[in-house]
Amino acid sequence: MNFICNFPFFSILISLFSGTICSVLPAKAAKVVNRVVIAAVGVMSLILLLYLLSTGESFVYWMGHFPAPWGNEIRAGVLEAGMALFFCIIMYLSMAGGAHKLYGEVVESKHNLYYILVNLLLSSLLALVYTNDMFTAYVFVEINTISACGLIMIRQVGRTIEAAVRYMIMSLLGSGLLLFGLCIMYDLTGHLLMSNMKESVSLLMASGEYQIPLIVSVALMCVGLCIKSALFPFHAWLPDAYGYSTASSAAILSSLVSKGYIFLLIKIIYRVIGFDIFNSTRIIDVLFVFGLMGMIFGSISAIRENDIRRMIAFSSVAQIGYIYMGFGMGTQAGMVASIFHILSHAATKSLLFIAAIGLTDVSGGSRKFVDLTGAAYRNKWAGAAFMAGSLSMVGVPLFSGFISKLLFSQAAVQVEGKMLASLIVLGISTVLNAIYFMKTVIRIYTPARESGYSIVTFKDMKSYGIVLICFIVLNVILGVSSQPIVDMIEQGLAMFA
Amino acid sequence: MGPNLLANYGEAVSAILFCIGFTNLLLQTNLIKKIIGLNVMDSAIYLFLAEKGYIAGRVAPIVVNGVTSTEAYINPIPSGLVLTGIVVSVSVTALMLSLTIRLYTRYHTLDLDEISAQLKKEGK
Amino acid sequence: MSKKRPAAEYQKTFAFRFFRWLSGAKDPYLGEVEMQPQEEYVPDPEAALRHEKEHDAILDKVYDPERNMEMKLFRKLYHATSILFCLFLIALLLVTISWLPAIGTVERPVNNEVAGRYIENGLEETGAVNIVAGMILDYRAFDTLGESHVLFVATITVLILLRLNKTEKNEAEVNDRRFEPKNDAILQLAATFLVPIIIIFGIYIILNGHLGPGGGFSGGAVIGAGLVLYLNAFGFQKTERFFTEKTYKWICFFSLSFYCLAKSYSFYTGANQLHSVIPKGTPGAILSSGLILPLNIAVGLVVACTIYAFYAMFRKGGF
Repeated sequence: MNFICNFPFFSILISLFSGTICSVLPAKAAKVVNRVVIAAVGVMSLILLLYLLSTGESFVYWMGHFPAPWGNEIRAGVLEAGMALFFCIIMYLSMAGGAHKLYGEVVESKHNLYYILVNLLLSSLLALVYTNDMFTAYVFVEINTISACGLIMIRQVGRTIEAAVRYMIMSLLGSGLLLFGLCIMYDLTGHLLMSNMKESVSLLMASGEYQIPLIVSVALMCVGLCIKSALFPFHAWLPDAYGYSTASSAAILSSLVSKGYIFLLIKIIYRVIGFDIFNSTRIIDVLFVFGLMGMIFGSISAIRENDIRRMIAFSSVAQIGYIYMGFGMGTQAGMVASIFHILSHAATKSLLFIAAIGLTDVSGGSRKFVDLTGAAYRNKWAGAAFMAGSLSMVGVPLFSGFISKLLFSQAAVQVEGKMLASLIVLGISTVLNAIYFMKTVIRIYTPARESGYSIVTFKDMKSYGIVLICFIVLNVILGVSSQPIVDMIEQGLAMFA
Repeated sequence: MGPNLLANYGEAVSAILFCIGFTNLLLQTNLIKKIIGLNVMDSAIYLFLAEKGYIAGRVAPIVVNGVTSTEAYINPIPSGLVLTGIVVSVSVTALMLSLTIRLYTRYHTLDLDEISAQLKKEGK
Repeated sequence: MSKKRPAAEYQKTFAFRFFRWLSGAKDPYLGEVEMQPQEEYVPDPEAALRHEKEHDAILDKVYDPERNMEMKLFRKLYHATSILFCLFLIALLLVTISWLPAIGTVERPVNNEVAGRYIENGLEETGAVNIVAGMILDYRAFDTLGESHVLFVATITVLILLRLNKTEKNEAEVNDRRFEPKNDAILQLAATFLVPIIIIFGIYIILNGHLGPGGGFSGGAVIGAGLVLYLNAFGFQKTERFFTEKTYKWICFFSLSFYCLAKSYSFYTGANQLHSVIPKGTPGAILSSGLILPLNIAVGLVVACTIYAFYAMFRKGGF
């Protein structure tokens, strides 16, 4: 076996172990460890991705001395390695971009605990991406939930703690349903490894045995993961959690945590149930309808919002609706569009959150739109970055959001019966997006009369400026050279089957 | 209805308990009652798993007198899953309780809606 | 001996004027300084009404189920849909269960070659008499590694929420001394007997984890309960002699590091088909079954400390 095949295992273990190490380190050293680990995992994922692209085959890696149905496994393909790489990039940039806010918002003595949480969150995301075992996935889903809750309430104001409680309640409902579905699935197949489960499921489907429990267990798992990833009717906790937590947390939560659950759902669809069987159930129609509703209602709530951070949070609800709409189409093209939108939304939303703190900082810390008037002149880089993010969200060419909308419309055209609905809602949602994002952009570029707020230049916060530039570049790369990425996603999905 | 409802009465009980816990977690406004609901829900799942492993007339999977035949012992996998699940639910309960303590010392109430109301009145 | 002054003379002294000023009998400025006559306060009924209206409007807007009709309706709807949803869920699960394979029988998909190999070869391949311990710590060890980190991350979040800094700590200490019972003779006598027994029993459960029912988590929980009982009987001053936050930190660090590194070694050798140097030992002996015993001890230490830490945090926000 090639040495590179160890890299998925190394990346999970390094990030898990670094969490333990950070518990005895002072805050500064913990910060260095955190950055180094994220960078190291990113480099390993990049090498792994290149290796997988050259061999063109996925591989499984035994976690222990025992082969498939007995031991525990992880599995790496192009999609997994690419996702891990992308998660590392976003996480590094979010941590670097929000680092200066941490000193004001989190008690100094609890900084090293923050880095522990981030390390463990990274390890759980990697485990969700790479795992080939359903029960392992459940355990790491719990690590992901608890550390995400920690990220929300580490800034201790009343709102965040209440948001953390609401987040935990919704997440626990989701985990309960996921575990119950998993148990039923285990009862029917007798396996916990995804590949063996899939074999048994296709045999059961062919023989027509246990149809009802099978569908119910799939539905329970889907609903559980939808609740956890804040699909439309289950999003009540989201605005407070994203709107009031510290900036790095908000960026990581919106762009990575919910995406980890969605990626697990994709894995379940492809590697446990089988794409064709999943599409023959009515579940995709439900996902489709809730996705569409999320797109509309999320945007309407965002328009009514008077607080820039909460507005961005509500926009996340709409964007998650897009992703589930792609699942609901039930075609390969819809799935590719959804996965591209995961990348595009992660890159854009973290950019928006990081840019928003630059704008609020030069407006006396207020997030109200009245006070933000002219903020883009006081902090030019944050203003430009916010505009870039908004343009991407609205779907202007050259930015990543345009490509995902294009892919969604292309996919919609191929689906009979769902074409009209998805195209109309895509159009309405784009207009609504434009209303609230352009409203904000116009507001921050309206010259203010005497404001008395300080002006921040690039020299004052170099690292923050560089992070913003990296984010914009990432967005433009996704928007301009989308074809290789789409090809990679298709190759990865082919490896899944 | 399928043929096995009566044979699976243990699982039916666990399903009803699961739904009771689920309702409590969803409906109660008192945080402590919510946590109780959470624990009922988790325990119901462990009961469900324990039922899965059971085979009539066989003993717990601890090798006695060197007998290692599948005929002698029940299925060990669900027991292992329950062990893992219990640790997870202990951790989650501790986290929820400490969140509750934090909110109580701040707002002097356990009612989540009342806490929301107070937060909105603070206007922050 | 001082002589008594006449009243008229006394009234001229500084002391008399000072005490009169102190007691507020006379305003020293009244009549001495030019003053603006103050208007009498006349309550403006219109302004009061407006203020009341604004107050009402605020109450209606904010979350107050007594006054806000929209909220009231939403609450009722929420309850009704929740109940309907739960009834639906019960019905759905019952129907599902009625179609599941009957429990207690052998002919089920669950009793396949996976469980078969765990039972038949478990003793030989893991060296553990307790097949469940062999399964969770050897065949499916990655889950268990994740599980111990769930506990770890939960303690971290509890620390974030409840750990107090230095100044708050003193106040908490005072509160704790006041509200918690201490020096209770019955409790102390009982604890003197029970604590050693409980802790020894916990150690037995941990060390016996690969030979019979037991293991790191259950044993650790028993030891933790013993520590909590000791703390309740003798108070924080006694426990601080051997258990502080530092002890907790380092025990957790070493146990989890050992766990991570040992399992990494075993995963790495397993995946790369290398020979593992860890001996299996004779099944049934106390020193057997490879890594399972040391892992159980590590988990036991972590869990015991964590249980104690949870209790200390809940009680006063520190050790």
